[in-house]
Amino acid sequence: MARLSKADVLYVAKLAKLDLSEREIKEFLPQLSSIVDHISQLGNVDTSKSEPTSQTTGLENVFRGDDVTESSLDQDSALSGTDNTYNGYFKVPAILEGRTDK
Amino acid sequence: MNLPLTIKETKEGLLAKKFSAVELVDEYLTRIEKNKNLNAFLTVSDDSAYKKAKLIDGNLQDLPLLGAVVAHKDLFLTKGLRTTAGSKVLEAYVPEYSATCVERMDTAGCIVIGKTNCDAWAHGASGENSDFGPTLNPWDNNFVPGGSSSGSAAAVASGLSLISTGTDTGGSVREPANFCGVVGFKPTYGAVSRYGVIAMASSLDSVGSFGHSVTDVESIFNAVKGPDGFDSTVTNGKYARRKGKIKIGIPKEYFITGLNKEVEKSVMEASKVFENEGIELVEISLPNTKYAIDVYYIIQPAEVSSNLGRYDGIRYGNGRETFGAEAKRRIMLGTYVLSAGYYDAYYLKAQKVRSKIISDFDKIFEEVDAILSPVAPTPAFKLGEKMNDPLMMYLSDVYTVSANLVGIPGLAIPTGFSKNKLPLGFQLMGPRFSEQTLFDLGKLYQKLVNYKPVLPF
Repeated sequence: MARLSKADVLYVAKLAKLDLSEREIKEFLPQLSSIVDHISQLGNVDTSKSEPTSQTTGLENVFRGDDVTESSLDQDSALSGTDNTYNGYFKVPAILEGRTDK
Repeated sequence: MNLPLTIKETKEGLLAKKFSAVELVDEYLTRIEKNKNLNAFLTVSDDSAYKKAKLIDGNLQDLPLLGAVVAHKDLFLTKGLRTTAGSKVLEAYVPEYSATCVERMDTAGCIVIGKTNCDAWAHGASGENSDFGPTLNPWDNNFVPGGSSSGSAAAVASGLSLISTGTDTGGSVREPANFCGVVGFKPTYGAVSRYGVIAMASSLDSVGSFGHSVTDVESIFNAVKGPDGFDSTVTNGKYARRKGKIKIGIPKEYFITGLNKEVEKSVMEASKVFENEGIELVEISLPNTKYAIDVYYIIQPAEVSSNLGRYDGIRYGNGRETFGAEAKRRIMLGTYVLSAGYYDAYYLKAQKVRSKIISDFDKIFEEVDAILSPVAPTPAFKLGEKMNDPLMMYLSDVYTVSANLVGIPGLAIPTGFSKNKLPLGFQLMGPRFSEQTLFDLGKLYQKLVNYKPVLPF
């Protein structure tokens, strides 16, 4: 059961941009551990002659012409999902810290 | 009015003016209102339904799905109509465009009655992972309707909608169809466009449907299949009708400990119906099937974690803190199996074992035309029974995930009821693009047993 540690859970949560509460960490740790134990059984399967599959119907690199065929969403429609807009743009959180220009 | 239970009855009734489309909408809305406790719907679209009904009544045309009242799983974008994916992240999201499937059904004459409840982001086998509360099984309210297309299955089973749509990534159409006693169809990967359908696991997702008869899911498939230019995985299948003697394979690995006796008996009885009609039954072996669930619970969460990465609350929806417990679990699991140091051991390994499972099926389909198997190890289970044990819940998918890993079609068909009055059934699976053979076999079965759909109330 101890396949995952609390540190693993915190690290994965950080990668996934999830802020987990202490209660969630306590709940997920044993659950994820038992699932990881289960899926680890695959380690015993001989796949030395096996290629990985990511697409099941045999398609590869489907392209289309780089043509504008019809108009896409107008600006108002594209912005309609949020109130957080500014001058016709989406407002996003700052990604840089410690501004030096003010 | 006598509720029509097939597309044909609906269409003929309208064309013969036995009833109007507006009367149909009245009737379904009344039934929806009366059965609110089932929690099958997240949004009911009465205004637009009446608008469409009036259009139909004013200009009756012989359209393939004329007047068919449809409920779309809340994973399908519907322009101007709230679409939540069963998650609080999208609780106020109103799409600016509709899914191809929604548009094509609209053109074919359908009336959209509303959006159905589902496990949030289609994660679940019971419907209980919806952020808007569980849907109840219409046959016994103490039991789950199956998932993730819980509301879609329950709505058709209880006559709240004639037909419905669903998505099937690991069994999310076939399992709830089985638990609710209706027909559920999962097409070949890439047969139906996923444009406008909220993505779960992109190498597995397929767009399916529910109805009371195989003929109806076939009609829906014919209306929605084929390329739309917006989903590059979609191809035009040949869908050749299988001629000559048909062989059905029964995989011995599917009848193992853990399979409920009543389920086993009903599946075997269904196979006898085909045998009595001169169809040869062959015992087959799919030795790598035992790895399917592990492969699925690596590949699927990995793709889930990637697809749910787009929900950051910036362009639409709420922030990531609003994800429910199951979505968080799957994002965590998926991120873990893709993370540096674990990718080869889990994700790449699973993709390789996936190839072995595919080769099992491809080999068997050189011998047989279809595979007949259980849909789930048990009939519907009790609400709450598996909620605290995600691993147990995942194991409910043991008979359905292979079709998604292999990319083949599957058709779940009801057979009758258990001692406890819960629906039973079986599934047929066939090679890629063998939909016509599955529909023919399914229709043959429903004809031979003289299947008559019944509603619980």
